[in-house]
Amino acid sequence: MIAPALVGLAALYLWPFLSTFVKSFMKVPVFGAGTFTGVDNYTKLLSDEDFWRALGNSARYTLLVLLGIPIAIVLAALIEQAAKGRTLYRVLFFLPVVTLPVAVGMVWRFILNGDFGILNYLLSLVGIPGEYWVADDRFTIYAFAVVGIWMGLGVNLIILGAGLQSIPVELYEASAVDGAGRIRQFFSITLPLLSPSIFFVTVLTIISALQMFDLVFVMLGSVNNTAIDGSKTIVYLFYEAAFVQFKQGYGAAIAIVLLVIIMIATAIQFRLQRRWVNYD
Amino acid sequence: MTEIELATPRVLTAGRRSPRGRSASSRGQWRIHVLLIVAATLMVVPFVWQILTAFKTSNEVASLPPTLFPATPTLVGFDTFFASVPFWAQFAVSATSLVLRVAGQVLVAALAGYAFARLRFPGRKVIFALFLLMLMVPSQLFVLGQFDIMKELGLLNTVPALAIPGIFSAFGTFLMRQAFITMPKEYEEAAQLDGAGTLRVFWRVMLPMARPMLAALAVLTSLYSWNDLLWPLIVSPAGDNRPLTVGLASMQGQFGTDYPALMAGALICTLPLVIVFIVLQRQFFAGIASSGLKG
Repeated sequence: MIAPALVGLAALYLWPFLSTFVKSFMKVPVFGAGTFTGVDNYTKLLSDEDFWRALGNSARYTLLVLLGIPIAIVLAALIEQAAKGRTLYRVLFFLPVVTLPVAVGMVWRFILNGDFGILNYLLSLVGIPGEYWVADDRFTIYAFAVVGIWMGLGVNLIILGAGLQSIPVELYEASAVDGAGRIRQFFSITLPLLSPSIFFVTVLTIISALQMFDLVFVMLGSVNNTAIDGSKTIVYLFYEAAFVQFKQGYGAAIAIVLLVIIMIATAIQFRLQRRWVNYD
Repeated sequence: MTEIELATPRVLTAGRRSPRGRSASSRGQWRIHVLLIVAATLMVVPFVWQILTAFKTSNEVASLPPTLFPATPTLVGFDTFFASVPFWAQFAVSATSLVLRVAGQVLVAALAGYAFARLRFPGRKVIFALFLLMLMVPSQLFVLGQFDIMKELGLLNTVPALAIPGIFSAFGTFLMRQAFITMPKEYEEAAQLDGAGTLRVFWRVMLPMARPMLAALAVLTSLYSWNDLLWPLIVSPAGDNRPLTVGLASMQGQFGTDYPALMAGALICTLPLVIVFIVLQRQFFAGIASSGLKG
């Protein structure tokens, strides 16, 4: 019964993983066999300006997207408290999740357009000068982050909503009897008891934000926007190296570094969780 | 979005509907709804703007100040899209690779998940630990090797290449294991007493009971399959067997600033999954929060 899964995972995941690892120590030409070059790819990577810039971009994007979590917590709490329309709200917040990321990127590229985007027009109405949000690499990461938060909200809301529903109602009733107000309840009951879900959502958000590719590709890469040079993320750099420039060895090294970064980021969070996550 | 996004026991276990108890007093209700409506509006505005733009002409889109409603609603954007993108061919590619991947993954994951949940076999713990480890590895670590395999098999630019890697999923296996492990053993034991073999018990008794989780897995897999960009871009970057994601992205390069056509295309390509979601949302949310899985 387990054979199909085992064979498939071994052939299509375990083997590719090992081959990526091996390739990261090789120079792999488009045709013919590769040659071992030791840690060449890695030393090249560490002295590659593009790599450090991509790393910085991914880090900034990830930190910015984390701002979506407090928003999701508040919204999830509000939805749980609503007597009516909970499903409707969930559906509306979830729409961006079921929308093609390619389509999402296209729509936002239009909204954020520097010349005739609606955002800059609205800003001009209140006297704020607009910027070239998706054509100037000083702003592109912020643009990605806004879209990323908007896209991820629906998933976070469901996970946090499920967490909220598992908090016993009696706690709220008892504290209400003791005279605790809504805000007080939120901080002394909801947040601590929701902390495992918050932790989980944080881990997932960081992992997926570090892998962000679609938005860069759709909003800049596929339209030959010159701002792409300063806006690449790690995974975009990986895609470009491995499948556009066909430098498989170099691409493999980028992928391995990404894995190490994700592992470190996740390990740090599991360490830190002891300080703030409540599992009682 | 990564595949482990929803792979949490928490999502699966929590979710009993709370009795009215926590709802705020009716006096506070309107405030909650005002906040939620404002937030929901912000969520929906980009879609509204997209739809309005799709019915404008490209001249109108580039004019300042922007118009809210199309001056004279037109289908030119849609015409341009359908005239330049082989929509139905790409739709067929997206749809068939989705069906292949979903059907394959649900079956493979259910079989393996059941084995992990119920059967005793040597190396079970080690293999399961390997599966869990795989959940943590980002997909970029696999695509180089997967690409080589597809190339060796001569499958580049074909529908199977799009679907095959997604059929095998540590995530799906884990999800199904969680579903089976929480089911009462009595049903299986009763069936076994009646002389049914393992496969028969699985097929006739356990699989039907796991229907909510199967549905949840199918919906999630559909979502990943329909929306995926990186893998299709790698194995089907051009030619007839591009799925909609790749087709739409390359249409952007071609049309640059013909925003009505781009918005129309984005709308058309998004609609199928949005419709499926709206029809199945109850199953979707219920599946995720299904209470029967509480351990």
